[in-house]
Amino acid sequence: MSVLLVVLLAVPLLGAAALLVPGPLGKAAVRFGILVSGVVFAVSVAAASVFDYADAGSIQGNVDFAWIPGLGVRFHLGIDGISLPLVVLTALLTLLCFVYLAGHEPERAREFVFALLLLELGMLGTFLSLDLLLFFVFFEVVLIPMYFVIAIWGGPGRRAAAYKFILYTLLGSAVLLVGLLFVWAQTGTLDMVRLAAEHPMSRSAQILAFVAIGLGLAVKTPMWPLHTWLPDAHTEAPTVGSVLLAGVLLKMGTYGFARVAIPILPEGAAAVAPWLGALAVVGIVYGALACLAQRDLKRLIAYSSVGHMGFVLLGFATLTPVGINAALYGNVAHGLITGLLFFLVGALKERHGTADLDQLGSGLLGRLPYVGSLLTFACVASLGLPGLAGFWGEMLALQGAYEPAAGLPRPLFLTFMVIGGLGAVLTAAYFLVMLSKVTHGPWGGPGPGLKDATRVELTAWVPLVVLILVFGLWPSALLGLTTPAVQSLLGVP
Amino acid sequence: MIAALIVVLPFAGALLGLLLSRYPHGRSPAENLAANKRAAWFGVVPTALSAALIGWLAWENTPSTNVLTVIDTGGISITVGLEVTELSVLTAMLVGVVALAVQVYSVGYMRGESRYPSFSAFISLFTSAMLLVVFAADLMVLYVGWEIMGLCSYLLVGHWWEERANSRAAIKAFLVTRLGDVGFLFGIFVLGFAADSFRISDILAADIPQSTLVLATLLLLAGVAGKSAQVPLHTWLPDAMAGPTPISALIHAATMVAAGIFVVARLYVLFPQPTLDVLGVAAAIGMLGAALAAFAQNDLKRVLAYSTISQLAYMAAALAGGARDAAVFHLVTHGAFKALLFLCAGAVIHHVGSNLLHHMGGLRRSMPVTFWTMTIGYAALIGLPPASGFFSKDAILYGLERSTSPIQLLLYGSALLTVGVTGAYATRAWLMTFFGTGKIQALPEPAPGTAHIFDGREAPPSMLWPLGVLAVPALLLGFTDVGEFHLAPAVTALVVALLGAAFVYVVWRGSPERDPARLLGAFRDPCEQAFYVDRLYAALFVRPVLALARGVVRTDDGVVDGAVRGSGRATVGLSGLLRHLQNGNAQLYVTGVLAGVLLIAVGAVMLG
Repeated sequence: MSVLLVVLLAVPLLGAAALLVPGPLGKAAVRFGILVSGVVFAVSVAAASVFDYADAGSIQGNVDFAWIPGLGVRFHLGIDGISLPLVVLTALLTLLCFVYLAGHEPERAREFVFALLLLELGMLGTFLSLDLLLFFVFFEVVLIPMYFVIAIWGGPGRRAAAYKFILYTLLGSAVLLVGLLFVWAQTGTLDMVRLAAEHPMSRSAQILAFVAIGLGLAVKTPMWPLHTWLPDAHTEAPTVGSVLLAGVLLKMGTYGFARVAIPILPEGAAAVAPWLGALAVVGIVYGALACLAQRDLKRLIAYSSVGHMGFVLLGFATLTPVGINAALYGNVAHGLITGLLFFLVGALKERHGTADLDQLGSGLLGRLPYVGSLLTFACVASLGLPGLAGFWGEMLALQGAYEPAAGLPRPLFLTFMVIGGLGAVLTAAYFLVMLSKVTHGPWGGPGPGLKDATRVELTAWVPLVVLILVFGLWPSALLGLTTPAVQSLLGVP
Repeated sequence: MIAALIVVLPFAGALLGLLLSRYPHGRSPAENLAANKRAAWFGVVPTALSAALIGWLAWENTPSTNVLTVIDTGGISITVGLEVTELSVLTAMLVGVVALAVQVYSVGYMRGESRYPSFSAFISLFTSAMLLVVFAADLMVLYVGWEIMGLCSYLLVGHWWEERANSRAAIKAFLVTRLGDVGFLFGIFVLGFAADSFRISDILAADIPQSTLVLATLLLLAGVAGKSAQVPLHTWLPDAMAGPTPISALIHAATMVAAGIFVVARLYVLFPQPTLDVLGVAAAIGMLGAALAAFAQNDLKRVLAYSTISQLAYMAAALAGGARDAAVFHLVTHGAFKALLFLCAGAVIHHVGSNLLHHMGGLRRSMPVTFWTMTIGYAALIGLPPASGFFSKDAILYGLERSTSPIQLLLYGSALLTVGVTGAYATRAWLMTFFGTGKIQALPEPAPGTAHIFDGREAPPSMLWPLGVLAVPALLLGFTDVGEFHLAPAVTALVVALLGAAFVYVVWRGSPERDPARLLGAFRDPCEQAFYVDRLYAALFVRPVLALARGVVRTDDGVVDGAVRGSGRATVGLSGLLRHLQNGNAQLYVTGVLAGVLLIAVGAVMLG
């Protein structure tokens, strides 16, 4: 297992390095990307197959050696039931992005592939690292390639969006770093496993650290009201950028809560949880309302992410096993569903030259039946229909809020639950209104010359559809993995 | 095991129908025809097998429970299992038979429709979901089926999505029921946490305090009112008639709307008196109001839709009055005769090319089979002997007469009045459809959203057979429970119903060309508009939410993001101020250094 984890990081790194060798590459760049990310995906699947599911609660495949001895920073990797699904999701989404690129050759393909491979390295590293500073390093590695992806391959307003993205998230990271260093100053160690087992910090120090770390992570998640970088970044980013941004990058923020903030600072978490919950449900309703009046399809999906991440944060805020399970489930489900949504919206934008709801025309189900049906499917999944992946995260988060952890104010969380439930109705409302505008109605807008989903596109999308169905119909596939991990994280027997 | 097969078979049919009907993917007329043929097989065969297996279960008649797996969620675990009870087999029987009839009927009704494959697949998916609700051993599993039904309803109501009105109706159907379902989910939470299990058998056996039960069941009622179209969440059902008629028969008359009543019956012991009283008041208002609305409608399907609301309210009233068995009995007979009525209405609409009663008339000679089967359906609806509705209505009235409920008088009075109005509106629709002079005008091209126009005399056999098959239970189902028959309430109801019918007949006889709805006088418009509830909701909920949404977008851009951009500008501004210090003027720098030295010196002297 340890070898696999190292290979998981080494392959994208070496792949990116290989692209630095000068020479004509032409169309082969994307194929090279498919090859490398395919290998990474295969390795992640191999890691999932050798993973000991009976012991999903403890860290497996420990890799641990000194990296910067002077600072006590260690190169410490490991995987457990919390990180395994995210690692596989990351590898899968990256591979699917490359597959999609095969049908949509970008300009300056070599640089694009290079950026995406670096991005993959950072994302995987974030989910694998068990050292606070290493975590932070990978967390930051992601920003640079994403900045370039938006700034070079983005839409007309890409410059401003990219600046906003990098400045906003860097600012968040600075706060996060302060929090991490504060933990280090208080305890003298950066080892997440040890910190999570011992909780050596005092209550007030924990609260301080939680606020700092939580703020840093909340920018990335994003939590209301720190979300405004997201719609701009999504609107301007190229399709695969949006997919990875929504599918994986946002998860890094929430993963930080599950891996760093809550287990290491339980008392801080308990003190801040009501605030976190309040901001989460505000995000749910606010995101849904913002979507209801949105004119741009990409912006709409971006705001829907704010709402969905609200459910994830609400799950965390309950500090119960079921709530954190909900958050982790919601994470993966949102990655799959919103990834698919951005693929589809990207395909629409590419065909119509716009993502504006009024200019897209109506009757998509008639003009492009495949794209239209898949869009309907993805929206229905995203609004949390039972039997599809999105449901379990939402339902369990609400269930967690019904009976939050001991010590948390129950009436407050009951209020959160009710607001969250109404937010779910609003979520359904905006998705259905959008579907009605775009997919229903007389055949209008750009004519019949448009091509329906191509073979390459379907290859990239079908795996997501299948997984959404599988996780919807068989929730044990994921819950069986996360439940033991969550229980050991919360110290529940 | 059998129950699992019953649920999974239609689901498999739906998947196959969606994926394989159109293989290989051509869209020429010939390929469309081939796809429709394949889809018909995928639709009919699994449903038929499922129905047969339900028959076997009914014949075997042994309650059983099968647990597939238990999902550990970290909180209360979810038991994925199916439970076969007497009630579930009875309801499943209804679902299976009606679904099969509708699948066969759709083959003819949707002939030549290029989207028939997805249509029949969604019917299969719906059938599977409804059967899951019926057999679920766990409330969470039940909820899964419950919501999937809502989705199918959305997809099928919006089947002719080219028409904006249909699309709006589909959204409304989904959203109104979903609003209720949020309450339903919370009700499940309350029950689940009180019993520490979501398993229905555990919850029924658990000792739950009365106050908790009242709260939980009131929350459940929200979902029940949504699905079963009860006041105040009934407004979606009449609009849902925009869907193809087979769907109205299956989902919006016979099965899905009955799911709410089914759930109350399934969990009946949990329902304390206060909750039942709330249910009773809603039912009493709903049954009379909907019956009056039905009397004033001009669209045949909307007549039947309001009639459905009214009849479902009968069942709810029976439940509220303590007559659970009567409610279930009426659920089954109503399922049979209302599905029959809708399918007949579909045949009529198919023939006439319009939904409106004004365009119909004199059809009894050109459509004899439809005429006789629909007459049976109306007889059952009015409650004329020997049709099934006569017996089930009698059982309900008997139950309400004897009820110990504090609102017994309201329930009984409302039910009896409604019997009269039912007689009136059913007679009106019957007379306006089949009697008088024919007014069919052949439209050159059917608008999207209307069925095709047939020049033939009767509907095709694939549509007539289901009518014949459903007419049998609609006529005879009452005799299965004849031992419970009570003469006095039956005679009362019959007299009242005949009074209503006779009144309309006399008015109609006076001038057959005119609509008997004029009887209502000034009251006609409110009835036709269903007492303006839709407008009220639009003003109270829809418009404020939309205004709020626009406000949020403005706030997001102006305030939340404005603060971000503002901080960016402030930073640039501040650095602009600082920049003045770094202006490259050496004199200024030296002055600064000297001033600093001076300050430090002064400080050192003062403090030192």
